[in-house]
Amino acid sequence: MALWEVFVRARGGLHHAHVGSIHADDAEMALENARDVFTRRGEAASLWVVPSTAIVASDPADADELFEPAMDKDFRHPTYFEVPDGVANL
Amino acid sequence: MDADTRLERFEAHVAGEGKVESDSWMPEAYRKTLVRQISQHAHSEIIGMQPEGNWLTRAPSLRRKAILLAKVQDEAGHGLYLYAAAETLGTSRDEMVDGLLTGTAKYSSIFNYPTPTWADIGAIGWLVDGAAIMNQVPLCRCSYGPYARAMKRVCKEESFHQRQGFDILVTLARGTAAQRAMAQDALDRWWWPSLMMFGPHDDDSPHSAQSIRWRIKRFSNDELRQRFVDATVPQAHFLGLRIPDGELAYDEDSGHWHFGEPDWDEFRRVLAGDGPCNAERLERRTRAHTEGAWAREAAAAYAAKQASRTAA
Repeated sequence: MALWEVFVRARGGLHHAHVGSIHADDAEMALENARDVFTRRGEAASLWVVPSTAIVASDPADADELFEPAMDKDFRHPTYFEVPDGVANL
Repeated sequence: MDADTRLERFEAHVAGEGKVESDSWMPEAYRKTLVRQISQHAHSEIIGMQPEGNWLTRAPSLRRKAILLAKVQDEAGHGLYLYAAAETLGTSRDEMVDGLLTGTAKYSSIFNYPTPTWADIGAIGWLVDGAAIMNQVPLCRCSYGPYARAMKRVCKEESFHQRQGFDILVTLARGTAAQRAMAQDALDRWWWPSLMMFGPHDDDSPHSAQSIRWRIKRFSNDELRQRFVDATVPQAHFLGLRIPDGELAYDEDSGHWHFGEPDWDEFRRVLAGDGPCNAERLERRTRAHTEGAWAREAAAAYAAKQASRTAA
């Protein structure tokens, strides 16, 4: 049986977030299984199932060169700039 | 369900702060309003890269240059978040870009003003991004989910933009007489166009009431403009700069700053295409799009080649 990734929108306005995976033979079964496995207590306003083979993931071994360059650009954070005393609403 | 009941249910849903997603039923006018608003917003981010891009090669230090690069890069990212949000409403990216390049779609009039000095980069961050934040924070609670979620990301990043602008002006304000004059000159040129960013007066803004009813907008143009003035005037005073408005006065009773009337003829002229830089901005965007065509074609050709190899 094929593997499917399950995404749940907890309530209106939120984005879908990955919650886990399930097995199913087709899309309809995947949706039904996901409902039964992940949303038995009213956890969802909406469900997505995506074939696991459709996910393209970054290689954990590349994490340093992929994500580290952002860390030395601390000026991208507003706290980098000192707001002088007496200045509000900035 | 008949059409009237469906519409009534939609109105009640958004009035009760219910969210609308791309697969929800929505009135055609709601969809159209959002496509227009979100795509104009995206175009503004993309065109907005130009006035600041003008100073990338001439920033006064390597540090200022790295910061400005990061900011202009953010603007590109904001454009992409927003185009993607608009695409969830069924309008393609190509259609939207076409609207911008052929002039049928608008973008914020503020980006049609030139940036002749380094102080303009400070003024854009402080005033233009400051006004944008006033407009955008309430949009994080917009009834349309994909737009609201995009705006949350945008607002988080805008805070850096506003502070870097103010930081530039603090530095100039503490500098030489010439530097202080440069900061004042930038404020003189950007003040009124910044107030115009909130749009025409409420009684001259035909779609406002409907957008507020649909929880797309939360506050009227005039309310937001007043908030911006109230927040910004004390900051100008801190910088030792003079707001170029003879009518500006603090009203003890209301606790608000009274301010003069922007030149609405100028606003309409610039919006209609006759501002100082409209032609230049659109020409440059068109050139970048045309000159970038080879990269899009090469990427598509490479993907097709890889696909045919996998198939074989």
